[in-house]
Amino acid sequence: MTPQVVMDGLVAGAMIGLGAIGITLTYSILRFSNFAHGEFLSWGAYLVLALASGLGFLAGGPGSPLGPFSFGWTLPVALVAGIVLTAGLALVVDALLFGPLRHRGSAVIILVMASFGAALTLRSLLEFVFTSKPVYFTDALQIARPLGFGLRATPDQMLALGLATVLVVAIHLLMTRTAIGRSMRAVSENRQLAGIAGIDVRMVIRTVWIFGAGLACVAGVMSGLLVQIRPQMGLDLLLPLFAAAILGGIGSVPGAMIAGLIVGLAEAMTVQLIGAEWRAAVAFVILVAILLLRPRGLFGRPE
Amino acid sequence: MIDLLSYGAFFLSVALTYAIISLGLNVQWGQTGLFNVGIAGFVAVGAYVSALMTTPAATDHLGGFGLPIAAGWLGAAVATGFVTFLVGALTIRLRSDYLAIATFGAAVAIHLCILNLQSVTGGPFGIGFIPRAFAGLADRPVAFSLANLALLAAVVLALYLALEHLARSPWGRVLRAIREDEPAALALGKSAVRFRLQAFALGGAIMGLAGATQAHFIGYIAPDNYQPILTFQVWAMLIVGGSGNNRGAILGALVVWGIWALSASAVASLFPAEQQARAASLQIVMIGLALCAILLWRPRGILGEARILSRHVLRPPSPAAPAPTTTSET
Repeated sequence: MTPQVVMDGLVAGAMIGLGAIGITLTYSILRFSNFAHGEFLSWGAYLVLALASGLGFLAGGPGSPLGPFSFGWTLPVALVAGIVLTAGLALVVDALLFGPLRHRGSAVIILVMASFGAALTLRSLLEFVFTSKPVYFTDALQIARPLGFGLRATPDQMLALGLATVLVVAIHLLMTRTAIGRSMRAVSENRQLAGIAGIDVRMVIRTVWIFGAGLACVAGVMSGLLVQIRPQMGLDLLLPLFAAAILGGIGSVPGAMIAGLIVGLAEAMTVQLIGAEWRAAVAFVILVAILLLRPRGLFGRPE
Repeated sequence: MIDLLSYGAFFLSVALTYAIISLGLNVQWGQTGLFNVGIAGFVAVGAYVSALMTTPAATDHLGGFGLPIAAGWLGAAVATGFVTFLVGALTIRLRSDYLAIATFGAAVAIHLCILNLQSVTGGPFGIGFIPRAFAGLADRPVAFSLANLALLAAVVLALYLALEHLARSPWGRVLRAIREDEPAALALGKSAVRFRLQAFALGGAIMGLAGATQAHFIGYIAPDNYQPILTFQVWAMLIVGGSGNNRGAILGALVVWGIWALSASAVASLFPAEQQARAASLQIVMIGLALCAILLWRPRGILGEARILSRHVLRPPSPAAPAPTTTSET
């Protein structure tokens, strides 16, 4: 096993962590496991891809690469717009599907099943529009640079890690230091009581979708930048996302991120020690282990 | 006319193999409230076990025991029941949607195993030359399809009668009591975990049997047959037909498979040949939308006659719920 495993694991884990924050927020505030969350990652990636190519077409080219990175100015601009669009998509799905079920007082399981149907629809729609052929943000080849301790990383990977760190710190501060964060925690404790206390529960629910889908969009773009974009990418990431959300402790933003890194590291080690074909089994093993040994996760509160 | 008859028999046979899976899911979800999202994995176990037991000797993978088809079916049910029991023993105590995530993971793990344990399962190449029932009639297509249809219909009928009997038996009533009001059932001295596990394993065994019947009907299996889409199809079938209702499970399988086949031929005639893969994804969009629409507008399904279930579906269980009704009404 080479030290490089650590770098690969951290980069993959950062994406998993960002995606898992959305799952953990939906779970703690809306109280159901959203199987369609992976699809927000793939939709985010494809929306940003479409926007970036559209911008590049209008400007007559994607622009020269920014600094050491592999992409031009179109990608960051498209990312900002893509976050808005992905959040909009989540709000539309909530308004059409989850909202009516919630108002009717449907059982948790009906919401989960509906999220299944939504996942299936969203994923196949992507496949219909963009076909199942993998696509890439750029075809530029990046050289990994030595970082010391035998670790190497490309500038894109370093950027992804840095961006993930900044976002997690920002969301954590938002959750702990601002009025909307306090409202979110209040609703996650007790929705009825929070409503009586004058908290706008519908606003909190909209915020959850916006944060969750926005972070999913960033995670999807990162995954697209570092690996590739496919309609199935959300489905393939779903199990690692759930594993990270549960391992981190439902409702904990830093927990989801740290657990994401752990899952990423475990996957990278498996690839080294056992073989890449068993990568997908790692998340399952972690998931079952954590459900059996410590169902409230590393940072979770007892239910 | 002959073609039509032959096609009709083929269509119904496939629909009936799905009906068997749907009946298995009805034991787990409809009667017991266990949210299994790993159907594809359990069906795969049944298909592979039966295929390995019955195929002629092969050099590229394990198996080739050449046993009779009936032995394969029985082995498939027993083996899948055992695998389901193991998965259940690990996860059955979990909250409902944790169980969903865990079973989803189990299906992913099973898929990985059949894809990568090439020396056992043939890996991505699958297993061919699975013996088909009534092979002696193969040169007379109509008789062959009708014989197969009759066999599958008999299996579905036998399962239906047995499951109806079980649902009305004390065992079935305990399942419903646990689903409706667990504290009350516990107070009566029923071990909820044990009954749930039994129902989970029984449902799994039926899914395994379904996998075996499919494998022997088609004659060839490969890991790609057991993707999550299979799980979604079966869920759509049970929800459309009406969960908690064995007749609903069968009817739902026929209806959803009918819509699936019709939409397949619709997209086939609307899209040019090179766009077929794309069109297939449009079909899946349709099934996904249909599932959501049914949950929104008709959560009880076509035959949602099981009153106990509908109460359970419409509102979350609360400790203040009325005492469980244990009359049999499925």
